[in-house]
Amino acid sequence: MSLLEVRDLHVEFHTRDGVAKAVNGVSYEVDAGETLAVLGESGSGKSVTAQAVMGILDIPPGRIAGGEIIFQGQDLLKLPEEERRKIRGRKMAMIFQDALSSLNPVLSVGYQLGEMFRVHQGMSRKEARAKAVELMERVRIPAARERVNDYPHQFSGGMRQRIMIAMALALEPDLIIADEPTTALDVTVQAQVMELLADLQREFNMGLILITHDLGVVADVADKIAVMYAGRIVETAPVKDLYRAPAHPYTRGLLDSIPRLDQKGHQLSAIKGMPPSLLEIPPGCAFNPRCPMARPVCRTDEPPLYEVDDDRASACHFWKEMFDAR
Amino acid sequence: MHADHSGKKQAREEGVIARKLMARAQAENAYAEGEAILEVRDLVKHFPLTQGIVLKRQVGAVKAVDGVSFDLHKGETLGIVGESGCGKSTVAKLVTHLEQPTAGTIRYKGEDITRLSGRALKAVRRNIQMVFQDPYTSLNPRMTVGDIIGEPFDIHPEVAPKGDRRRKVQELLDVVGLNPEYINRYPHQFSGGQRQRIGIARGLALRPEIIVADEPVSALDVSVQAQVVNLMAKLQDEFGLSYMFIAHDLSVVRHISDRVGVMYLGKIVEIGTDTEIYEHATHPYTQALLSAVPVPDPEAEEGRERIVLEGDVPSPANPPSGCHFRTRCWKAQHRCVVEEPLLIVPENFTDTAGDEPVHHPSACHFAAERASVMPPAEG
Ligand SMILES: Nc1ncnc2c1ncn2[C@@H]1O[C@H](COP(=O)(O)OP(=O)(O)OP(=O)(O)O)[C@@H](O)[C@H]1O
Ligand SMILES: Nc1ncnc2c1ncn2[C@@H]1O[C@H](COP(=O)(O)OP(=O)(O)OP(=O)(O)O)[C@@H](O)[C@H]1O
Ligand code: SF4
Ligand code: SF4
Ligand SMILES: [Mg+2]
Ligand SMILES: [Mg+2]
Repeated sequence: MSLLEVRDLHVEFHTRDGVAKAVNGVSYEVDAGETLAVLGESGSGKSVTAQAVMGILDIPPGRIAGGEIIFQGQDLLKLPEEERRKIRGRKMAMIFQDALSSLNPVLSVGYQLGEMFRVHQGMSRKEARAKAVELMERVRIPAARERVNDYPHQFSGGMRQRIMIAMALALEPDLIIADEPTTALDVTVQAQVMELLADLQREFNMGLILITHDLGVVADVADKIAVMYAGRIVETAPVKDLYRAPAHPYTRGLLDSIPRLDQKGHQLSAIKGMPPSLLEIPPGCAFNPRCPMARPVCRTDEPPLYEVDDDRASACHFWKEMFDAR
Repeated sequence: MHADHSGKKQAREEGVIARKLMARAQAENAYAEGEAILEVRDLVKHFPLTQGIVLKRQVGAVKAVDGVSFDLHKGETLGIVGESGCGKSTVAKLVTHLEQPTAGTIRYKGEDITRLSGRALKAVRRNIQMVFQDPYTSLNPRMTVGDIIGEPFDIHPEVAPKGDRRRKVQELLDVVGLNPEYINRYPHQFSGGQRQRIGIARGLALRPEIIVADEPVSALDVSVQAQVVNLMAKLQDEFGLSYMFIAHDLSVVRHISDRVGVMYLGKIVEIGTDTEIYEHATHPYTQALLSAVPVPDPEAEEGRERIVLEGDVPSPANPPSGCHFRTRCWKAQHRCVVEEPLLIVPENFTDTAGDEPVHHPSACHFAAERASVMPPAEG
């Protein structure tokens, strides 16, 4: 049994301009100790899916229009809010992109870390403070004992993100969802934070969902990847297979359009056009207006997730041709 | 790249515009390809740090740019990379005269333009244009695209007489691959990539020779980023533009640049050709930076060394003595504390033949190459 299994999840937002179908049948699985990277461009539904799993979706305007979220054997969507609140923090935790706005600016970092233990485990202030220092040390904040009373703005971006990681880890959850944890950080700091996250995941054998739009970050740390486009998963595969032989034209397009540090080229092959509006997702395959391989059937029939191999799948009618053309 | 209208017609029109601009560039410009069109020497910008609300006292200075020198050659792209706060944008603002330097000189085609004012400044500014990072906030939401792109003509009416503006703006839209009929639309009606094209069209309006682009693709999604990078490369070829391309993404910079300067805490620490910087870096900071960039290829990632730097970048208000990088450098010695390393070809490399790839300026007392910083070459 997987630690987490999302099945055919649908989420929509009721907006002034109509119904935005942000998530349209997403399914993915994560095991203990495994890292699943969810990759996709802005607006593809990565965060909304994660928010549905965490139970922190904006309802309304959001609405879960269908699907199941099975965590440790039970469907979270069937649980009362009180039960879900207990799971949040204790069993699953989330790390956000923007650490500064997720931390309370008027409370010391130590107080905020300690709060986890006071609220969830009924510790005294003193015990909680000692725990906070221990956590700060674990995420390698230098001089943790002296800095425990400092406020968020007194830390650098990288340190704040490490404090967020400390907070997520406080109660030793089984699943961590990291939503673009390093996007706001410089490369050298990004490397520090990713290394820390990977070490801690190994130590605690946690499941990790890493949301990102950076194909480079993914290559280094993930076991498997789910690529999202317009609220759907278009391809899932073990990380090496996906880079070696993408089975979906969108994945191929993404890989070809990024400049690489180790390559000096002249022309990047850009994907033409831009992602569709979620108010008006094209019929058939959502990628068809931009797809170099599109044919008439792509404009009428929505491709299911075809099984490509035991552990990989592609939502393209012509995935076989992509393989053969290699 | 765009399906707005027929490729042939567009290619023809672009050809005409390109030839016109080229002819002008050639007539006006005796500078051959390869000559320095811009020479920046010892540029310094200190922002005063003040205390007190009524009586402001200066208590120090943020040394945003602290002695930067480089040349920009005709028709080339000079990439500038470095982490947040190292002074990249400030250099861009100094070069485009949006800020006045505290010290140093900027020469344009041999003429000192550092402290020009009035008409002389206006004339120079026309030739050095800036493209900004954020396509969402750098365009005035209440102006039409036509007004935005045509705005520079208000300041320089000699480039486009009133009656000619609409046509000029439409030409520019066409050049950057947007439908000329979009002239009356507003910025919010465009996607991020299209907005960045509008920013580029505006930058091109006065037919400058130099474009300083400050993180022009950083806010864009990867698939759209490639469209804009390709467009910039195409325009450079057509119009013989010189670019200063500022970014924190080392992969994008490598892709577009002929030469690259690496900045740390207000200084350039290493500068050289693409091969010199990416394949033969000798400065520890460049090496750490390169080693931290992930590549989208798990097999190339294996066997690669990652240098994880300790600590954070010190405050530019109070940089370390000697070498600015010494607080994070694993090679630091006593000499690094007391003596500032100059940006010169390191002594141990000066006696090799001039064409050695390591024979480029690096501001380190102990400059040396280091293996396996980059992913292994594909084989
Ligand atoms: N509270 C909300 N109200 C209305 N629409 C929303 C809301 N939250 C998200 N959406 C819409 O749902 C879609 C998917 O958003 P989501 O945040 O999941 O994208 P993402 O893949 O995480 O993108 P990014 O890379 O930009 O973070 C977007 O079009 C967004 O506008
Ligand atoms: N007007 C100003 N007044 C005071 N300090 C300033 C001003 N502009 C910039 N600085 C400071 O100068 C330093 C360099 O800033 P700059 O914007 O040039 O960095 P950058 O390399 O462009 O960074 P980023 O990658 O974040 O854009 C920073 O410490 C910044 O806070
Ligand atoms: S189903 Fe058709 S349009 Fe969609 S990705 Fe495959 S070939 Fe392209
Ligand atoms: S001069 Fe010293 S501190 Fe600076 S980079 Fe070189 S070895 Fe490191
Ligand atoms: Mg998101
Ligand atoms: Mg900047």
